[in-house]
Amino acid sequence: MINLESIPLQAFLIVSSALFCIGIWGLLNSRNAVRVLMSIELMLNAVNINLMAFSSYIDNNLIQGQVFTIFVITVAAAEAAVGLAILLSLYRNRVTVDMESFNLLKW
Amino acid sequence: MSIAITTQIICFTVLTLVILVGALGVVLLESIVYSAFLLGGVFMSVAGLYLLLNASFVAAAQVLVYVGAVNVLIIFAIMLVNKKEDLKPINDINSRRIISTTICLTLLSLLIRVDLTNTWSLANPKNSIGEESTIRIGEHLFSDYLLPFELASVLLLMAMIGAIVLARRDVMTKDISTGLPVDQELIEKSSEPLLTNKN
Repeated sequence: MINLESIPLQAFLIVSSALFCIGIWGLLNSRNAVRVLMSIELMLNAVNINLMAFSSYIDNNLIQGQVFTIFVITVAAAEAAVGLAILLSLYRNRVTVDMESFNLLKW
Repeated sequence: MSIAITTQIICFTVLTLVILVGALGVVLLESIVYSAFLLGGVFMSVAGLYLLLNASFVAAAQVLVYVGAVNVLIIFAIMLVNKKEDLKPINDINSRRIISTTICLTLLSLLIRVDLTNTWSLANPKNSIGEESTIRIGEHLFSDYLLPFELASVLLLMAMIGAIVLARRDVMTKDISTGLPVDQELIEKSSEPLLTNKN
């Protein structure tokens, strides 16, 4: 058994990498538009875990990473509100949330 | 190993399991409502990880903003667009799945390799600010991060106005062709889709 002083930084980084990749997989493979927005939220959370881990292990006195996380949370909230509003008006026009039928920009 | 570090490791393991299993459930489950509630669980567990990193203020902000606002917004959106529809099958769905899974696994292995092989210049834990982080965040927000802080308020205002404009239902008071006042309920009921499926 390894004797640890604290949880290693790498553990947090691996968790956030895995969460980010799950988010990308969901973004590429979802057919429901709401699920795509949820995947984007997962990816933003992975980035936040990364910022928080670095702020705690490398910059533990100035903790600028935590300030960045606050800003990322703010932007994510704005993104979710606008994204869901776009989704609602899209649903009103096309009566579906299937990503495959949003092909107006296909040439 | 002391008791404190053992407790930390147990908490970290449990939170990590909840995060990863919950995230897989969010992208893989059939029912979108289960996905939304699992997403709330993932957000709560991420807040727990923040508590492990001595960041109580960001953990509270995570719970308030993500679980309290974003997740509720997503559940409302699901409620508004919840219609059972039969999705048209795609021809090359299997090749798409294989390609995207390969891309994700490759990216994951690259990221994990970088995480493990890089030598991180860790700071001395004695300098850690610990539980005083809320005070330090306040100092940052009102000195060197003042401009982004103020811009965030403008961004939130713009997002609010944009969301209202996009999601609003257009209400007409007069019929355009005849000029007579129209029955509002009729407009609400006969919402013809503007663009029907072309293909």
